[in-house]
Amino acid sequence: MITNEVVELSRLQFALTAMYHFLFVPLTIGLSFLLAIMESLYVMTGKQIYKDMTRFWGKLFGINFAMGVTTGLTMEFQFGTNWAYYSHYVGDIFGVPLAIEGMMAFFLESTFVGLFFFGWDRLSKMQHLSTTWLLALGTNLSALWILIANAWMQNPVGAEFNYDTMRMELTNFSELVFNPVAQVKFVHTVAAGYVTGSMFVLGISALYLLKRRDIPFARRSFRIASGFGLAAILSVIVLGDESGYTVGEVQKAKLAAIEAEWETEEAPASFTLIGLPNEETMTTDYAIKFPYLLGLIATRSLDGTVDGIKEIRERKRRRINSGMVAYENLQILREDKTNEIAKAIFEKHKVDLGHGLLLKKYTENVTDATPEQIELAIKDSIPRVAPMFWTFRGMVFCGVLMLFIFVASFYFNAKRTAHNQRWLLKMAFYGIPLPWIASELGWVVAEYGRQPWTIAGILPTHLSTSSLSSYQLYASIAGFFVMYSALLVIELFLMIKYIKLGPSSLHTGNYHFEKEGATHV
Amino acid sequence: MFDYELLRIIWWGILVFLICGFAVMDGFDFGIGMLLPFLGKTDDERRVILNSIGPTWEGNQTWLVTLGGITFGAWSLVYAVLFSGVYAGLLLLLFALFLRPVGFDYRSKVTNPNWRSAWDWALFVGGATPAIVLSLAAGNLMIGLPFELDADLRSSYAGGFWDLFQLFPLLCVLVGVALCVMHGAVFLHLRTENAIAERAQIVIRWSSILFVGLFLVAGIWVAFGLDGYKITSAIDTTITANPLHKTVVKSTGLWLENYGTYPLLLLAPLMTVISALLTPFFTAKNHSATAFVLSSLAMIGAIVTAGGSMFPFVLPSSLSAASSLTIWDSSASRYSLQLLLVATVIFMPIVMAYTSWVYKVMRGKVTVEQIQDNQHTMY
Repeated sequence: MITNEVVELSRLQFALTAMYHFLFVPLTIGLSFLLAIMESLYVMTGKQIYKDMTRFWGKLFGINFAMGVTTGLTMEFQFGTNWAYYSHYVGDIFGVPLAIEGMMAFFLESTFVGLFFFGWDRLSKMQHLSTTWLLALGTNLSALWILIANAWMQNPVGAEFNYDTMRMELTNFSELVFNPVAQVKFVHTVAAGYVTGSMFVLGISALYLLKRRDIPFARRSFRIASGFGLAAILSVIVLGDESGYTVGEVQKAKLAAIEAEWETEEAPASFTLIGLPNEETMTTDYAIKFPYLLGLIATRSLDGTVDGIKEIRERKRRRINSGMVAYENLQILREDKTNEIAKAIFEKHKVDLGHGLLLKKYTENVTDATPEQIELAIKDSIPRVAPMFWTFRGMVFCGVLMLFIFVASFYFNAKRTAHNQRWLLKMAFYGIPLPWIASELGWVVAEYGRQPWTIAGILPTHLSTSSLSSYQLYASIAGFFVMYSALLVIELFLMIKYIKLGPSSLHTGNYHFEKEGATHV
Repeated sequence: MFDYELLRIIWWGILVFLICGFAVMDGFDFGIGMLLPFLGKTDDERRVILNSIGPTWEGNQTWLVTLGGITFGAWSLVYAVLFSGVYAGLLLLLFALFLRPVGFDYRSKVTNPNWRSAWDWALFVGGATPAIVLSLAAGNLMIGLPFELDADLRSSYAGGFWDLFQLFPLLCVLVGVALCVMHGAVFLHLRTENAIAERAQIVIRWSSILFVGLFLVAGIWVAFGLDGYKITSAIDTTITANPLHKTVVKSTGLWLENYGTYPLLLLAPLMTVISALLTPFFTAKNHSATAFVLSSLAMIGAIVTAGGSMFPFVLPSSLSAASSLTIWDSSASRYSLQLLLVATVIFMPIVMAYTSWVYKVMRGKVTVEQIQDNQHTMY
């Protein structure tokens, strides 16, 4: 029997390693694209400075990329090591995009990344440019397939339960690929990556401008980052993936928790800007509300309603009861496949089988659940409101700050005075952590908000883990902690070293620290 | 398109193909990692060794990543049982692999000799550990792993980490390490010159003999000392199946039965031994490219020898023989296998084409002069 402790530790380990991995991923996605843009400018204009830019930002890209690869391996292994029952139960669907990701995207990025660094003297300009674009394409395709897999966890479409093999099986590949949640997630996540890359280049260029060194290099980098970043942050905000929260049962529960939407309002629902959600009384105290706004954001219409938590809970009650019937008949079917009555009842209730499994946390047999246990399962079925409410607002707040930075940078850059606006340069530099904070908070919203499920409505988290002991998990978490901390220190040390050196690290002889009289770092 | 039975056989073939691809491509990287501190006497020499695989090692390692993804998608139950069962072994492998991307990229970015030497040893660990853990795993697969499936197909594992270190798997470790070292030395011989290539030649000679000797001992052990497995119940190979619906026996010598049924399979061990023995002769005559083909054939032959003797088993269970996973009862659904087959047939040839192109672009010997001229751009 798997203890609750093992489940909680497995979740902790996954959350830690996934969030750590995502420190490096968005920068890889964004910076690879910026490198491709810079090198395209080099090939079009023939100006050496664009080549230097590609190579210098490429160095920083390389330091980050190595960590992305390192920590990505963990994610690939961890489904099997720590979520073995999950892997068995949904591998037939979830494993498909992962396998395709390997063949279509990972090979592309990891084969061409070597050529990007070492191919400058061996390739023609066009060949090298193509290499850089293929690298960018690879990182973005990899995001596409992993988000298709992730979106299926949030909104599982195109699959059916097979009681012979005791697992879910894929029935429709195009539903999996064109899952509406996958589409919004992909756009939102890669655009967030572009914002991260832009903020990184913008902030570091601002530092050089503040220090008045390598001005032409920094101004050009600043210009590209402000333009690309503005487009990216607008996409993130306008195409925010809230619109994906209206499809699928669990997504609706998530949205209700984010908005502390206790009751279903008449359309179009108002948006709670801020307030204090109170889980006990199921109200939001001191709420400041904007009329119409939520309905517009979430449903993109004036007449779509956003379901409230109370209504969702009642629906959960019906589904859990139906799930108990499904479970009961599944047991009969497993003993005797020819029992047509059980088969008919099971077919009718099987969409709710997962909700029946929610009761396994409280009773092994499911069918003998007491009314109190059912109440507990209903309560479990909606994520806690306060953490969702606050992490979401934290993410949006970071987004708004970045919007301001990019708009101001773009505006002053157009007026060609950006390099003199010291307040803006300082803001851009100190704003570097913002996209990371926003991304991490965004993942908390998306994945904490998926609880109590690993696969929404199909497989509860507490059934998904491997049969491990808590001792094994303490050991592995300690191992990850030590390895990851050491690697992070080393990575930051190198990153800071090269940021301080700036383009002088290219040893072309044209930059600040290579000239006479320059103070050395 | 294809019927379910044929699909499963094809997918077993793809699994073997990917393992071979991984062993051939990443095997020499592991070998070179192990040789790095010993064959490179000076910093420049070590950088020559690193740069012989620097631009391409990352793509090579993707074979392992893809192998993981494919196993997840096409053989979910195998992925689940194996990865959760040998938990500590998998994490050890993972932690060792962590050292490689950062090792390559970070080592030469700082000139401090202690920093560089520390990373060289990190890369040694990053090359040796995967070769050891994966060979150990292969040996344990042939013995069978102590796992059991319950009626919900939830797997529980009865062994600990140290139980993996039995005599036969330890022999497999020696076989695997010797082969990776030989393969790595051959690649170095191809891509370097003078002192390093001469040292590599000595390594090739000894590792070739060691590998062939140990490989033959392992073969004799499998024939006379190791329990094999065999399905004894009728099995319907064309339907979705549950692994628990079969009976399996375990007895010495059963792993050799396939060689009787399909005598052609004997070509695999034969090819392994002959290719490995011929390798040092070709490097001695400076036909390094031919030698590389030969040591690759030895890799492929060794994997096919082991995999072929176990067919149709993928993951036998030493604890409850009936829980053993075979290709008939641990594959994905017919639909998913078809889909992934289409994806594999489209993408793997493309991958192999651009990989060859990249190798062609980066061809030629890496020299100490190149390192000295490109201090700041090479690894």
